[in-house]
Amino acid sequence: MTGALGSVVASPRAWVAIVAIGALTYGIRLSFIHLFGRIDGVPTRVQRPLRYVPPAVLAALVLPKLVTLGPSVPATLLDERLVAGLVAGAVAWRTEDVFATIATGMGVLWLFRFVVFA
Amino acid sequence: MRGPALDEDLAAGVRDVSPLMLGIVPFALVAGIAAVDAGLGLAEAVGMSVIVFAGASQLAALELLGENAPLAVVVGTAVVINLRMLMYSASIAPHFAEYGRRLRAGLAYLLTDQAYALSVAEFDENSDRSRWRYYLGAAASLWIVWQVGTVAGVVLGAGVPDAWGLTFAVPLVFLALLVPAMKDRPTTVAGVAGGAVAVVAAGLPYELGLLVGALSGIAAGLIVEVTGS
Repeated sequence: MTGALGSVVASPRAWVAIVAIGALTYGIRLSFIHLFGRIDGVPTRVQRPLRYVPPAVLAALVLPKLVTLGPSVPATLLDERLVAGLVAGAVAWRTEDVFATIATGMGVLWLFRFVVFA
Repeated sequence: MRGPALDEDLAAGVRDVSPLMLGIVPFALVAGIAAVDAGLGLAEAVGMSVIVFAGASQLAALELLGENAPLAVVVGTAVVINLRMLMYSASIAPHFAEYGRRLRAGLAYLLTDQAYALSVAEFDENSDRSRWRYYLGAAASLWIVWQVGTVAGVVLGAGVPDAWGLTFAVPLVFLALLVPAMKDRPTTVAGVAGGAVAVVAAGLPYELGLLVGALSGIAAGLIVEVTGS
């Protein structure tokens, strides 16, 4: 068996990224746990923008995967990924369940790929 | 027969976190699948899950690595995503203040959205708990499931044909996390603006679209909060 499991190709770029992200993320995790007593809490000026990190980042990760700006409005909107994403989004809103959201989104995508356009 | 109190606190953490695994398992599988898609091998995939141990930032970094974005963009984007853990660190710090430096350093490594939320709720409700043991029970369970799930995802990702579009599960995971994160007006505006800017900025050089979109969304949320409209 070849492929990912058999891959032994050295990838320094990936390792540099992994170690750098890991070190900085650990610093974030440790920050106040380490400093408590010397710093009592997050200053309000830092706290306020942090509240918007999850919705802003998650939306920036999701939307470009569902929508690619096309030459025209119909070309942009008639996309199997967007339809699957909208249906999955409705399921996420109703259930707040990761598994149900993935199952629905993949199901709609496969419906388009293997049934509608087959 | 009842075990000593030590095991009760640890077991309570394991028990309370177990319903959350339904959401963690598919997330971890997707992290493994995305690693294969980005051209990484099993060692790098597991190395990332052990060293970074923060799902959303791992998926974003994998995507950017796969697109050959500059390292500064890969690292910068992942760090912005993980900045939210500053809040968790500050919020849980008083509960760990009595412990020694080395124990606190170990507990910090395991800090995640789920371990934080569960533990702080339990500490407020039940002051008799051994805090570090309860937290360890929950956080270490998440760690183990995350690593096993990553390995399973690498195997799965290597075996399923591309036509199935398994990597579409990545935005679906984020979608499931995004919807509950937009809980009031400013957070909703932050999400809508972040997503819209990221779509428009998708063609930016150096794969900067994600970072620019995220920062725009944060700014939009703040503006709505300040102006109150």
